[in-house]
Amino acid sequence: MIGHVTRRGLLSGLGFGLGAWTLGLDLKASPKRTTATVDADFDPNVFIHVAADNTIQLVCHRSEMGQGIRSTWVYLFADEMDAAVDTITLVQADGDEAYGDQNTDGSSSIRRRYVELRRFAATARRALVEAAAQQWRVRPDALTVKDSTVSHGPTRRRATFGELAAAAAKAKLPPAARVKLKAKKDLRYIGKRFPMADAPLFTVGKAQYAADVRLDGMLVAVIARPPVVGAKLTSVDDAAAKKIPGVKQIVRMPTPSAPYAFKPWGGVAVLADNTWAAMRGRAALKLTWSASPNDDYDSKAYKQSMAAAVQKPGDVRRNKGDAEAALEQAASTVERDYYVPHLLHTPMEPPAATARVVDGGLEVWACTQNPQTATTSAAKAAGVKPEDVVVHVTFLGGAFGRKSKGDFVAEAAFLAKATGQPVRVQWTREDDVRHDYFNAVSMQRFTAGLNESGEVTAWRHRTAFPPIASTFSAGADTPSARDLQQGVLDLALAVPHVRAEAVSAKAHARIGWLRSVYNIFHGFGVGSFIDELATEKKQDPRDTWLELIGPAREMSLADLGIEGLSNYGASLKDHPVDAGRLRAVIERVTAEAKWSQKRGRALGLAAHRSFLAYVAAVVSVKKVGGKVAVDEVWVTIDAGTVVNPDRARAQMEGSVIFGMNLALHGGVDFAQGRPVQSNFHDLKLLRIGDAPRKIHVTLVESARPPSGVGEPGVPPVAPALANAYFALEGKRLRDLPFGRAFGI
Amino acid sequence: MIEVEINGQKHQLEVAPDMPLLWVLRDVLGLTGTKYGCGQALCGACTVHLDERVVRACVTPVSRAASKRVTTIEGLSAKGDHPLQKAWVELGVPQCGFCQSGQIMTAAALLKKKPRPTEAEIDQSMAGNLCRCGTYTRIRAAIKQASEEGR
Repeated sequence: MIGHVTRRGLLSGLGFGLGAWTLGLDLKASPKRTTATVDADFDPNVFIHVAADNTIQLVCHRSEMGQGIRSTWVYLFADEMDAAVDTITLVQADGDEAYGDQNTDGSSSIRRRYVELRRFAATARRALVEAAAQQWRVRPDALTVKDSTVSHGPTRRRATFGELAAAAAKAKLPPAARVKLKAKKDLRYIGKRFPMADAPLFTVGKAQYAADVRLDGMLVAVIARPPVVGAKLTSVDDAAAKKIPGVKQIVRMPTPSAPYAFKPWGGVAVLADNTWAAMRGRAALKLTWSASPNDDYDSKAYKQSMAAAVQKPGDVRRNKGDAEAALEQAASTVERDYYVPHLLHTPMEPPAATARVVDGGLEVWACTQNPQTATTSAAKAAGVKPEDVVVHVTFLGGAFGRKSKGDFVAEAAFLAKATGQPVRVQWTREDDVRHDYFNAVSMQRFTAGLNESGEVTAWRHRTAFPPIASTFSAGADTPSARDLQQGVLDLALAVPHVRAEAVSAKAHARIGWLRSVYNIFHGFGVGSFIDELATEKKQDPRDTWLELIGPAREMSLADLGIEGLSNYGASLKDHPVDAGRLRAVIERVTAEAKWSQKRGRALGLAAHRSFLAYVAAVVSVKKVGGKVAVDEVWVTIDAGTVVNPDRARAQMEGSVIFGMNLALHGGVDFAQGRPVQSNFHDLKLLRIGDAPRKIHVTLVESARPPSGVGEPGVPPVAPALANAYFALEGKRLRDLPFGRAFGI
Repeated sequence: MIEVEINGQKHQLEVAPDMPLLWVLRDVLGLTGTKYGCGQALCGACTVHLDERVVRACVTPVSRAASKRVTTIEGLSAKGDHPLQKAWVELGVPQCGFCQSGQIMTAAALLKKKPRPTEAEIDQSMAGNLCRCGTYTRIRAAIKQASEEGR
């Protein structure tokens, strides 16, 4: 039995009650031990457990945060194993290195594991088939498998996976040479529409998120954190807070020092027997804070300093030909600057984590994208060994990168240890907005040189942003090559002279990654500038895109003018920078949108390669009353092989809304060192009436290896929207956010 | 002592009268399907019905629910088979799922009042419910499907 891992009723449509979350806890749980227990059961690897009763427990070690990975998991394994879907129970993995990397980030769950996962399933299937073949003294190839049953046609013998499990467990696993993946024509689910496994739970309120965890004797903590990064607590008056009914304890949090990484933020925690009392208690605290070196951080001033910085040369990171000389000799030049503020995650579920001390170690429940770093963050904060910490992963109510940071988990761990009681740390929306790991603020300058016939001969791209490295290494102010792969180094251009420069920028807030990260502003800059060049050239923007990208070809490093490309961890052989695929999505999306029939419509186009996928978007806007409304959006993605087309479409739809949000409403502004915004009254998000009337998604049919899906839809949206606005109003929008221009 | 009827069951509650209904549901009664998203009636994640009316539980003192009927997502239908719940599953509306309790509760109140709402009426009624994953276009489609089923 797998009593000590969190199981969720999957296909029954039932959620486990609170009891299941608190039963059978074993701090020494590891996936190896949780599976291989009963002799009659078959555990070919840490993900698959075939029980003698013909049920299958399938471990998902990726976090579910809206991308639908749990559905993909079930149907991918079921397909390759030929297992009956209704016999599968999905087990959400605890944090454990035995699974390999668990960080649900970088749009990587499928693209990094597609073949490996199929091989796990195919190996299990083959082992069961060989067990049957041996029993029946027939050749394995004479057997067929359907719905967890192995059959031999000529003798009409049949056996279920459960009946074969004991024999398969005793035999050696078949070597790789005997394990074959299904041919595409034999696939039953992969690439086809299949149900969303957790949808029934979501519609009855039974899905367990982090804040839904309830333990006996649990206290709820709400924490007053330093208003400015680097400010330290100087005095606490908690007399009024202590008088609030329900408030039980007030605990000073440890003061962090830079680099802040995933450390608790510091401040004062109010612990109460319910959330409301904890919130009221915190509001009643009277605290004073020391000065901080970041007290003067002001977004307006910082923007000016960045605008000045990109006027001067930076560190050359991409260099083909001689862009400086070509710009000097150009018949004309075009120069434009683009600004993107700090953007933020604001998942609908604010961060929350629950921890309790068990046998000197810790048991934790958290909405984490990365239970392994959550484990180390919790261990460090509580002063226990990582091997004595177990982190259970709940459903994540949105994440977008926020919940791969272990800070909120570390807070819960510290408080559980400090109080000796179970503690749930509950972030309020204000906490979430003010204490985010913000996407980097960015300024870019593009300069293009054109010859007399209007061809672009030189392209110079300067980018300035405080890098994420500053969160982990105090003072880091220069982007790495890995940062610049995101839309700077990997941009396919058919321009003879290309140069990209990085301009240093200091961080004054915690900087982190947000869905598609630096691609957001690089995609906005490139996508807007190409449209501006079209205007200069008096050309249809689609033609300018295709001309600048050039003919279909795989770009060599020399073509790109770089010495290497981290390429999202993938080889350039499997995932080259493919100008042809970028062209193809532009051609496809403009065909879908009937781009050539532009008269009387205001359309904007942009395209971007990120996370190894190619995405193009066309946005159509129109005047409605005094406002500019987004009428329709067309998105075409070439993500290679797509396992779960319905969720891929859903991710594109979501990316359109996400991209519109950051374009129209932006993120936070800093004044006196702290974010000005705090909740959804001054931090606006798109509402249903602002959503496009229609979003048309096209998935390019492809047999290529899978690329990312969760993030790549975001970058082209903001530039396509700005370009559509230009088509409507003849005005350029170069600074995000630009909701005011739209009248929202 | 406050008496409140929640999902057809009467509860005698010993809580402060100004405690928001949201925290009574979640922390006192363990009905966690109703979500906290903002605490300021800005996002709609905590939407429940008070008699027939849609309210934001995060700003509704429990005293306002005294002698009234509260319906939460757990009580919308006995088997999770309200036409909206069925449409939500069939059309794959949820992504992360967190806001969907509130979305469905708002939509249920709308369909009760207007069995066949127009797109504009849907947008207007659902304006108080945020979704960060961006499921809005599928929410519209699912409400339309559920409304047609209800004819």
